[in-house]
Amino acid sequence: MDNNLRREIILDNYQNPDNRGLIEDDSYLKVNTNSESCIDNLDFMMKIEDGVVKDIRFDGEACAISTSASSIMTRSLIGKKVEEVREILVNYQNMINEKDYDSEVLGELNVYDEICKQPNRKNCALLPSVAVDKMLGELGNEK
Amino acid sequence: MHREDFPMLENDIVYFDNGATTLKSKRVVDSMDKYYLEHTSNIHRGDYDSAVITNELYDGTRDVVSHFINCDSREVIFTSGTTMSINMVVFGFMKYYLTDKDEVLLTKSEHASNILPWIVLAEEIGFKIKYIDLDDNYELTLDNVKKSITDKTKVISIAHVTNVIGDVRDIKSIGEICKKKNIILNVDGAQSVPHMKVDFKDMNIDFLSFSGHKMGGPTGVGVLVGRYELLEKMKPLCYGGGMNNYFEDDNSYELKEIPTRFEAGTPAIAEVIGLRSAILYLEDIGIDNIHKHEMELKKYLVDKLEKIDNITIYNKNSNSGIIAFNVDGVFAQDTSVFLNHYKIAVRAGNHCAKELKDVIGIKNTVRVSMYLYNNKEDIDRLVEALKNNKEIFNVVL
Ligand SMILES: Cc1ncc(COP(=O)(O)O)c(C=O)c1O
Repeated sequence: MDNNLRREIILDNYQNPDNRGLIEDDSYLKVNTNSESCIDNLDFMMKIEDGVVKDIRFDGEACAISTSASSIMTRSLIGKKVEEVREILVNYQNMINEKDYDSEVLGELNVYDEICKQPNRKNCALLPSVAVDKMLGELGNEK
Repeated sequence: MHREDFPMLENDIVYFDNGATTLKSKRVVDSMDKYYLEHTSNIHRGDYDSAVITNELYDGTRDVVSHFINCDSREVIFTSGTTMSINMVVFGFMKYYLTDKDEVLLTKSEHASNILPWIVLAEEIGFKIKYIDLDDNYELTLDNVKKSITDKTKVISIAHVTNVIGDVRDIKSIGEICKKKNIILNVDGAQSVPHMKVDFKDMNIDFLSFSGHKMGGPTGVGVLVGRYELLEKMKPLCYGGGMNNYFEDDNSYELKEIPTRFEAGTPAIAEVIGLRSAILYLEDIGIDNIHKHEMELKKYLVDKLEKIDNITIYNKNSNSGIIAFNVDGVFAQDTSVFLNHYKIAVRAGNHCAKELKDVIGIKNTVRVSMYLYNNKEDIDRLVEALKNNKEIFNVVL
């Protein structure tokens, strides 16, 4: 992908993120991500119905990478089945961690395919996937 | 000043993260190497030559500390750092001193290590934690200290210099008030002892904590200084070798005298020796010269930053080498990653002062914190980089 385009997409999602802003609703799963290695601090909430992600929202203070990744990630996951979500997360995390991955399933999330060149930003890019992972974990516990 | 003493500076970096930790001079590292390579031995018993050398250096470091901050040598306890020192005060002394009727005064700009131990002990004992109000510059005024004191106030626990705003508290005046009212003054000196003259006795401090690594010394060592009468009432948090006179199978035991009784087990010997070199080094340069140098640099930096349109400085006037700012509309971490591209090391974050966000209304800032080896060229390089701040996202994305 062209660097300028990549930057434009990330910046646009940072400055005008989708799905930002939390709502009062107890039917959502909730999680706070407050990573050890960086100062990003985002809250996430996700609603799953009949095995499908109906909604994901996030809010908080975070850098350009993690805010934009949260915007793109939430947009990419809404409407997907839980199994599809899991597949996307695994591939996304593999991409960030420089392991083999399938770029086909990642769509727009491919804009972060070069983040590994900046090791100090990996956790920023991973933040939303860690959050969704945690919420899916909670889902597992409830069953 | 003295840049040649700091090998890390040979790497063409600008190091402005001295509030987090400082660079080490060759003198400090050499003294530790010497211990490891030439006279390794444990302390306390010294029948052979290398042990004698080690013992003298270790125990002699108490005299070095006592000279540096004006306390008695027997009031100097080696700890693993400020955090440990404050925890010893809270859980070794305050736990037996405070009751549920008492009040402890803190401020919202304290470091986590001077809030969380109090919260945890309050949970146990039920005393009340109150926060002294800060003024419009997020600083602590003497008036506000006085206003917060009630008949129930037993302790004031504050940083001498805070690590976000870098305001310098008037410890001497606060110490006088505390002495009159029989309030214990616990001072977090992590950001002051390395940078300015701190006089334990003259300031009427009861407990003072600081860390070696923030004053050119090694990690893993710090100091707790306590007024001797109070140390007599303090209990060790750790028991074991090196701190007892005897113990018997009828469960009788006797602890060693102060301060040894607070240093159970083999301490960080190399680090104490490194701390000694670090303090001697600061004394050679003169702590007042260091403070003056930092203040000159701060003024130079603030004058230049003010000329850049979209930068907000949060603590122009504070009397220390700490500057907190943000590039408008840019998250602090993005700015610090941007500066890293110019090999400039700064820190972004809330700097462990999590409650301060309620006061400033912003959670995160970029912090520049200076030390003796910084110079005007460092600042010029920072300012040149920040002038390009329109480019931040082109650089960091
Ligand atoms: C004001 C203040 N207090 C306490 C500490 C804790 O010091 P240490 O991590 O060395 O125990 C710091 C270090 O960041 C500090 O700046």
